[in-house]
Amino acid sequence: MNINSSEYIVRVNGVEVVDIPEDLFIPPDALQVILEQFEGPLDLLLYLIKKQNIDITDIQILPITNQYIEYINMMRKMQFELASDYLVMAATLAEIKSRMLIPNDTEDDDEDDPRADLIKRLMEYQKYKDLSVELDLMPRLNRDNFIASGIFNQIEKKQELPKINIEELEQAFLEVMKRAEINASHNINSEVLSVRERMTKVLELINNKEDVVFTDCFDVTEGKMGVVVTFLAILELVKENIIDLIQNDSLSVIYLKVKE
Amino acid sequence: MSKIQNIELIIESALLVSQSPLSVRELLDLFDSNKPSKNTIKQAIETLNKSYVNRSFEIVEVASGFRIQVKNGYDQWLVKLEKQISSRFSKAFLETLVIIAYRQPVTRGDIENIRGVSVNPQIIRNMIEFDWIRVVGHKDSPGKPELLATTKKFLDHFNLRSLNELPEIKESNA
Repeated sequence: MNINSSEYIVRVNGVEVVDIPEDLFIPPDALQVILEQFEGPLDLLLYLIKKQNIDITDIQILPITNQYIEYINMMRKMQFELASDYLVMAATLAEIKSRMLIPNDTEDDDEDDPRADLIKRLMEYQKYKDLSVELDLMPRLNRDNFIASGIFNQIEKKQELPKINIEELEQAFLEVMKRAEINASHNINSEVLSVRERMTKVLELINNKEDVVFTDCFDVTEGKMGVVVTFLAILELVKENIIDLIQNDSLSVIYLKVKE
Repeated sequence: MSKIQNIELIIESALLVSQSPLSVRELLDLFDSNKPSKNTIKQAIETLNKSYVNRSFEIVEVASGFRIQVKNGYDQWLVKLEKQISSRFSKAFLETLVIIAYRQPVTRGDIENIRGVSVNPQIIRNMIEFDWIRVVGHKDSPGKPELLATTKKFLDHFNLRSLNELPEIKESNA
C-alpha cells in the first residue's frame, strides 16, 4: 500500500496537477493509511516540501499549495472524513498564495513575506518532530533497561487480626451498662432513640478516626436506653457488613473499624 | 574496613528491596547512629558498581535517585517476559511528550499550535496515568487552561537525572 501511495504522489509531483484517472481504483483503506502516516497538515506539508528537495525557507507556495489541495481533494473524493485542521491549513495556504500575487509596495520584503509565519511554524514543528525521533531512540525502561529487584519477605507481613468472640463482646457491653447505671439517676426523660440514626453517628465517629475503641462509642450520660441503642447500632453495622470488630488479644480493647 | 563493606551491603540491600529509586538522603536515613557522609554513600555505590563488572546489573542514578537495573543489551531476552507499559509509542504520543518536556509548562493550546492538530485527550490521559506529566497550574488567560509539565518519573523512565540531559535542540532548516 505504501509503494502505491508514493508512486501516486510522485506523479503528482512531476507535473503541476494530474487528475485522478476515473478508472483508478484506490481502496479507501489505502488512503486512510496514507493519512495516518501524517501527524497533521504541518507534517503533510513537510513531506511535500521534502519531496521537492527544497529548504523550508525556500518554500514555493504555488506548487506546494496546489499539491496540498490536490491531496485534500483526493481525500474528499474518497469520502474520507478529513480533520478540520487540514482544511484550515488549505485556507491558510490559499491566503498566502493570494497575498503573494499582490504586488509588494514596500521594499523590505523580508518583513512582509506572507510565507514568514508558515515557515516559522514549519520549522518549529520540524524541530520537535526531530526531537521526538531522538527521544524514541533514547534507552528507556522496559524496552532497553529493566529494573532489578529483590524481595524483602517481611514487607509482605500483614498481620491478620484475630476475630472477637461473642462472650467478650457481651462482657464489654455489660461493663458499659454498669457505667451507665451509675449515671442512671441523672436521667429523667429518656429520648426516643432510633437505631438507624445511631448507626450513622457511630459510622461518623469511625470515619473521622479510622478506628475507634468500642467503649468510646457510648455516651454513658444517655443512660441505659442510650447505651442499648448504641450497642444495637454497632451489632447492626456488623451484621450489615459495614464495620468489623477487632480485638488483638482476648480481654484487651475492642476496636471498631470500617470494612475494606 | 569491615565497617565500610557493611555500608555498601546495606545500601545494596536497600536498593534491591525498594520499589522506587532511592535518593542519597533516603539512603542516609537507613543509618541511625554514626551516619556516613554523603560522599561515603556515593563512594559505596561506586565500589558496588565496580564489583558488578561481571554481573548483569548495575546501580544507575536517575532523577529520583539510585536504582539497580539490568545493564544494556539484555532486552532481546527480557522483553519476552515483560508485561508492562507498552514500550512502543505512536508518533503523536512522542511529539506531544517532547513538546511538554521541552516547552513546559505548556497548555494543550500550545501543543496544538506547534503540531497543527488537536491534542488527542487519550494521549494526555495516558501520560498522566503513567505519572509522566501532571497539571502544575493554570494559565491566567481566558478559560484558565491547564499547564502541563513532566515529572521525575518521566526522567526516571528515560534514565535521565534532569531535563538538561535531554537531547539538545538543533536549530535546523531542513
